[in-house]
Amino acid sequence: MAKTVKIEVKEQNLLATLQKFFKTLLQNGDIDALLVPQHLPMKNSVMPTLVADPEKIDGVDPLAPVFPMNSAKVVSKLTRRPLDEKIAVVLRPCEIRAFIELVKLKQGETENVVLIGMDCYGAYGNVDYTRFAGDDGSDASLRFYENVVSGKGTAWEDIDISPACKACEHPVPEHADMVIGFVGVDTKDQLLLKAITASGENLLEKLGLPEGEETEDRKKAIENLVSERISYRDKMFDETSEATSDIKKLTAYLGNCVNCYNCRVACPVCYCKECVFVTDVFDHEPSQYLKWAKRKGIIKMPTDTIFYHMTRLAHMSTACIGCGQCSNACPNDIPVMEIFRTIASYTQKAFDYEAGRSLEDEPPLSVFREVEYNELTGGKD
Amino acid sequence: MGEYEPTIIAFVCNWCTYTAADLAGTSRLAYPSNTRLIRMMCTGMVDPKYVIKAFLEGADAVLISGCHPGDCHYINGNFKARRRVKLLKEILPHFGFDKRRIRLAWIGASEGVDFAKTMREMAAEIKELGPTEVREQMVL
Repeated sequence: MAKTVKIEVKEQNLLATLQKFFKTLLQNGDIDALLVPQHLPMKNSVMPTLVADPEKIDGVDPLAPVFPMNSAKVVSKLTRRPLDEKIAVVLRPCEIRAFIELVKLKQGETENVVLIGMDCYGAYGNVDYTRFAGDDGSDASLRFYENVVSGKGTAWEDIDISPACKACEHPVPEHADMVIGFVGVDTKDQLLLKAITASGENLLEKLGLPEGEETEDRKKAIENLVSERISYRDKMFDETSEATSDIKKLTAYLGNCVNCYNCRVACPVCYCKECVFVTDVFDHEPSQYLKWAKRKGIIKMPTDTIFYHMTRLAHMSTACIGCGQCSNACPNDIPVMEIFRTIASYTQKAFDYEAGRSLEDEPPLSVFREVEYNELTGGKD
Repeated sequence: MGEYEPTIIAFVCNWCTYTAADLAGTSRLAYPSNTRLIRMMCTGMVDPKYVIKAFLEGADAVLISGCHPGDCHYINGNFKARRRVKLLKEILPHFGFDKRRIRLAWIGASEGVDFAKTMREMAAEIKELGPTEVREQMVL
């Protein structure tokens, strides 16, 4: 099934190799456009760009340790209606997993899109990345990559990759059509390119690249990375559970929340087109606030902060893929990702579900069975 | 202040449990008066946020009660409710709400006796558990 080839790395420059690879992909004409992170010329920031002209791809940088948004949302915008053209999208593993959730929620299609997944060593938060990158972004990407490969790790000065990435047990894409692999690959002279699905294979064949193989070294390197991440994750679960184990602690945990709802906007799987928290439902009469204040003696303004977070947990925790964009978007540095991933681990386990695992698994709250969970009604059906 | 009496918010469906509650009343069956019934057209429209809001406003317990499986007026609303209760029973305990404070029941239109009994049992159980933290402490 899966076909593996290698991309030769020239002059040990990984970035230049990837740039050339994506350019060839576009030039071959099998795809009409490519969605890929690029350094924007006007400012040295990395954003997803949709490129149709192979000449406009020089700033391509999927290695940049930053993703200002979860691109699953962008891919959803590109595929929510049938498309005549074929596109390829370059995504991180968490972006692919979020996209899988969106497809299942009928907010995207895999039909005309080739998912190219990249191995991922993690990313800095948006603010941290700006400091890390300095003036030359592409140089920074290579610096990050070299630090990781040489064993120095992901930390630089006082910053490190986001906790979401440290806790991410999916550094290698699992549901892409095609995977570009570098974990456990000797990237001084090659990159791994693996086609997983038929559409990935089609694209790969035309490239005429020399055959490669997934080595034991790679498997071992992935295993090590994953187990490191899992131990960080489990510790995080325990600590977060402890820090939010009752409503008083939860209130303190979310104490700095100003109800800006950035976490919801940034969340790739917060699927409602219009969130109830910005509708008339919460446009209370002024007298209503006074009524509440009189009844309770004191209310925090704006109101409904805990209510908002708990509702979001109920609505989307079963789809949470743990990308950490909620924390990235928080203006007050609330560890939003930690609590969402922690609760998500319980809710997903309860329904024997794992967000982003496969297109076949049904989203737990979109389906039901006639006979199930009858312990909830004391055994009565 | 007298003895602690729990407040139970009961989301009941129009077609089955609300009718059962009505029957309990017209049959002069006694059940604790600390139940606040909220009539919904179907348990399938009880969004988890209604339950969360009830707790955050100080409810000591929440009951969601609708038609028996197969009897739903809207075919399958009660099955959807069951999944949501399952979900809430995973989320709320992590923030200190005892699982027993969330209850799901199937009570048909003719089961007034069952309704009164469920409410009595629930009130007794919650009374033993005591008030929730939200009620005891001022939560902002």
